[in-house]
Amino acid sequence: MGGKLFRNFSFLSATLSFFLLVGIFAILFTYAQEAMHEFGFDFLFTEAWEADEDDEGGIFGGYVPIIGTLLSTLIAMAIAVPLAMGIAIFLTEIASDAIGKPVSIAIELLAAIPSIIYGMWGLFYFAPIVQSTVGGNGVGLLTAGIVLAIMIIPFMAAISRDAMNTTPLVLKESAYAMGATKFEVIKDVIMPYSKGGIIGSIILALGRALGETMAVAFLIGSVMSIPGSITDPTTSIPVLLANNFAEAQDLEMSSMYFLALILFVVSFIIISTAKFYFLGRKVKG
Amino acid sequence: MNRLILNKIILALSTLSAVIGIGFLFWILATLSYKGITSIHWSTFTNDLVAGGIRNLLVGQFTMALMASAVAVPLGMMAGIYLREYGHGSKLASVIRNLSDVMMSAPSIVIGVFVFALFVDPFGGYNGWAGIVALAIMMIPIIISTTDNMLSLVPTELREAGMALGGSKHKIIMQIVVKAAKVGITTGVLLSFARIIGETAPLLFTSANNQFFTMDLTEQFPSLTVSIYNLATYPDLESRELAWAASFILTVIVLCINLIGRYAIRNKK
Repeated sequence: MGGKLFRNFSFLSATLSFFLLVGIFAILFTYAQEAMHEFGFDFLFTEAWEADEDDEGGIFGGYVPIIGTLLSTLIAMAIAVPLAMGIAIFLTEIASDAIGKPVSIAIELLAAIPSIIYGMWGLFYFAPIVQSTVGGNGVGLLTAGIVLAIMIIPFMAAISRDAMNTTPLVLKESAYAMGATKFEVIKDVIMPYSKGGIIGSIILALGRALGETMAVAFLIGSVMSIPGSITDPTTSIPVLLANNFAEAQDLEMSSMYFLALILFVVSFIIISTAKFYFLGRKVKG
Repeated sequence: MNRLILNKIILALSTLSAVIGIGFLFWILATLSYKGITSIHWSTFTNDLVAGGIRNLLVGQFTMALMASAVAVPLGMMAGIYLREYGHGSKLASVIRNLSDVMMSAPSIVIGVFVFALFVDPFGGYNGWAGIVALAIMMIPIIISTTDNMLSLVPTELREAGMALGGSKHKIIMQIVVKAAKVGITTGVLLSFARIIGETAPLLFTSANNQFFTMDLTEQFPSLTVSIYNLATYPDLESRELAWAASFILTVIVLCINLIGRYAIRNKK
């Protein structure tokens, strides 16, 4: 008797993830209906975000936050990928155990720091540096992109390291015995062997960067305009939601749900690609 | 010689990246500690936000994270048990496992929006329960995946030994398999707790925040992280100092829980 109950309860719990995913999609889709009917596909390419004076309607387009999200993510990835690969290589091929272990722990602790701390730190310590060296106001695309990079590097490095570590020792040793340098072993043995895991880690980090809210909220400037230069402030989907979602009404609110739906679907596609195509079931994010 | 030089350059660059990574960790921790410690007073812990302290915020944040764990840990563990012990190898289990992995990386702000639609909007305002639900939704997939992984490390022979003794399936699971995986699962629970206690985005428009001490979960509920976000953007020095103090305390809590979790794994090995 107890066994049956136990089994059924565990089965119900297991189906929860499924219902949550479907539920999130269904709720966002339903609440986004008004904006979808009003703007359709043009929503993606409309720059304006203006409520009418009576607060009932207006023109709302997702172009600015979508571009802001893409650009800040692009900057972050451009910085994070080479650095994370470097760290992963350092941990698997260069560092001795005595150095590698503490560095590994430090990198993992860096990944555990809450994103709001990165935001605080970025705003008060990093933004002024960007301002004095590159120009601009301090807050803007570049600052957001760099701090976002610092946030995703540990995550990317840890998964890539795990992937590189799966390379069989025999393969590496054979290459070394042939007189290959460390770099040649990395390039011709380790990289090809762990390609799937490395690409997976990059895509997974990309998904994180797209959905990151707090670090970017402090740093991107939260201005509804297309950035003219790399130091200009703009906004992103998560930041717009974080700052304006709760106060929005009617059509504006529905447009916010529309943006949330776009973000959710895009992340879903990116994460699934990384997980099923490149990572299999071996690595966890 | 060319390839030897190239080799040196690449190795130097890799080492440099590691140095940069560690450098940022120390830079962040150093500024955070300096700003945090110089901003902490005794009253920081004894006063509520309304009087310039974080007492109510700490209690609020922990209340929500603990209540979320109370929901997420049993549900996540049961789901993990199903995936590994009952549904193992079945098509359904593999679909659920994949979906739960995807849920684990869903943007936290979207979860906030979802919970707002279900638990805030219909009930007329922000409330602590909504915050708890949002955190629990974030936590469940992590617990499922940890449980699933840790149970997979338990040798099949243990299960067979249980069966040979005539134990029923659920007794074998609870008294042998889960017990054997106890350390790993506990670590997973600790790490996921460390993750949700530092979450801000899912709380912004679910629990929102409260300046006063309250344990009434039907009201706006005090949150440490949401307060940091608000305080940091106020222009006055006192708010900013409080934000640093709160950030420092939050980071210490999160990193301590992480280290305890890691230490537990190491001891087991």
